[in-house]
Amino acid sequence: MRHEVRFSGFGGQGIILSAVILGRAAVMYDGTYAVQTQVYGPEARGGASMSAVIIDDSPILYPKVTDPDILVIMSQEGFEKYGVEVRDDALMILDSSLVHTRPRCRYLEIPATREAKMTLGRDIVANIIMLGALVRATGIVKESSLERAILDSVPKGTEDLNIRAMKRGIELATEGRVQ
Amino acid sequence: MQGNVACAEGALAAGCSFFGGYPITPSTEVAEHMAQRLPRKGGTFIQMEDEIASIAAVIGAAWTGARAMTATSGPGFSLMMENIGFAVMTETPCVIVNIQRGGPSTGQPTMSAQADMMQCRFGSHGDYSIIALSPASVQEMYELTAAAFNLADRFRVPVFLMADEIIGHMRERIEIPDSVPKVERKLLKQGVLPFHPDDDLVPGFPQFGKGYGVHVTGLTHDERGYPCATNPRVHEQLVRRLVEKVEGKRHEIADYRVTNPDAELVFITYGSPARTVEQVVHDNPGKEIGHLRFRTVWPFSENALREFPNARAFLVPEQNLGQMAREIERHTSVPVIRLPRFGGALHTPGELVAALEGLK
Repeated sequence: MRHEVRFSGFGGQGIILSAVILGRAAVMYDGTYAVQTQVYGPEARGGASMSAVIIDDSPILYPKVTDPDILVIMSQEGFEKYGVEVRDDALMILDSSLVHTRPRCRYLEIPATREAKMTLGRDIVANIIMLGALVRATGIVKESSLERAILDSVPKGTEDLNIRAMKRGIELATEGRVQ
Repeated sequence: MQGNVACAEGALAAGCSFFGGYPITPSTEVAEHMAQRLPRKGGTFIQMEDEIASIAAVIGAAWTGARAMTATSGPGFSLMMENIGFAVMTETPCVIVNIQRGGPSTGQPTMSAQADMMQCRFGSHGDYSIIALSPASVQEMYELTAAAFNLADRFRVPVFLMADEIIGHMRERIEIPDSVPKVERKLLKQGVLPFHPDDDLVPGFPQFGKGYGVHVTGLTHDERGYPCATNPRVHEQLVRRLVEKVEGKRHEIADYRVTNPDAELVFITYGSPARTVEQVVHDNPGKEIGHLRFRTVWPFSENALREFPNARAFLVPEQNLGQMAREIERHTSVPVIRLPRFGGALHTPGELVAALEGLK
C-alpha cells in the first residue's frame, strides 16, 4: 500500500524531523520502503518549511510527493501554500491552534501547539503530538515503530517528554472526530 | 539514511583519512558527519577558513599518502577552481564532492540544480581532463563516493562526485556492504624520475615522507618535477598526457545503465532526473521507452549512445538549460531534445510523458 504524506509549517517546528521520524519508523521498524524529501528556505527559523515521505511496500522510484493522501499542516502559511489544492479523499491533520481555515478534504483538528505548551510545558514537542495523532488516525506505521523511531531521533534527556507528547497525540486523535 | 551521510560513510569505507572543508548548504551534512566519525577512526577533520584553503589542505594531505576529500556546493566550488587546476597539474589524487544548488552566485542555497556540470569539466584554466560521477540514489552516494577514491588513485586526478540537492538531502533505504573494492595507489619505483609516466601515462606516486625529495609545482615541469615553463615541447607533452591519461581510457571508465535498448525514444539522464524516468518506464511497461543513465559523466563515453541503434530521439531532462545535452549533441546525428527544469523542482513523470507524447 502506497501512502504519500506531506508535512508543512514554519522553520523551527520540526517539520523535517517529523518526516524523518515517520520514514525511519517505516523502514527500520515496519520493514517497508520509504523516501523522505523536503523543501525549505535559507532562513534557520520562521520561513515556510515542507517535508514529505512516501511509504510503500515496493522500492520507490520517483522520490517526490506530488499528490499526498495524508497531510499534516502546522501553520496558516503552510496551509495556504500546501493545503489548498489537495484531493477530496485526502486526510488532513491540522494544528487547530495555528491554522484558521479548513480544507475541502476530510480533516482532523489537533490543537497540538496549545497542548504542547499547556499540558507538557514545551511547545517544541507540538510536532510529536501531531505524529502521534497521525499514526493513530491512519495506521500508516505501527505505534510501537513510531515510538522507537522517536527515541532514535530526539536529544538525550528529552525521551520522556517526547513519548508523553506522542501519547497525548494518540489520545487527541482517539477523542477527535474526522470532519 | 540521508544521501550526504551515505557519501561520508562511503568515503570512510574507502579508507578516506582526511577531510578539509568549509560548510555550505546543501553539502554541510557531509562535513558534519565526517567531523563526528573521522577522528574516531584515526583520521583528521579540519574545518578550514574557506574553500580555497579547504582544497589546498586536501591536496597537501593527498601528498602524504592519505585518501583525502572535501565537499561543497556552487559558491565554494567556484572558489576551489584555481587549486583544482593545481591538483590536475600536480597529478594529485583527491575527491571533491559538489552537492549542486541553484546558481549563479549564491543563487538558491536550499534548492536542487545540475548546473555545474560544465564548470566541473572546464572550470579551471588550461587544457585538462577530469573524472566526474553522478549518483541517483542514496545507495549510489555511498557506492560512487567509494569508487571515486579508486579512480583518483588510479589516474592521479581530482575525481568529482557531482550530486544534486535532491539526492544529497533525500533519505531512503540503503544496504551497506561489508567492504568496498579498493585500488591501491601506484607508488614510484626506485630510480624512476618522479613525473616519468608508465605505459598507462600515469607516473608512480612519490609519497611525502617515504624518502623522496620531490618538487611539486603548478608550473609546467619536466619529468624531474622541475619548472620548465618556456619549452613548448615539454608543455605540449605534459598537457597532452594529462588529457590523454583520462580521455584515452574513457570507454573503460564509462559506467552507465541501459534499459530497453531497442527503443526509438530514449531518455538520457544522470542524477535525480533519472528517478523520474525510472518511474515513467515502470508505469509504461513494454520496450518502447529507452533509458540511458550515466553514473560516470566525465569523461564522456560516446559509445554509450550506440547502445540504442534504433533511437530516433534522445530526450535529456536536466536541472539546467542543457549542459550535458550539448555534449550529447556533439556525438550523435540523432535529434537531442532538451528538457530543462530548474528553480529547484524535479521533473514530474507527467511532464516527461507529455514530452514523449509530443514525439509520437
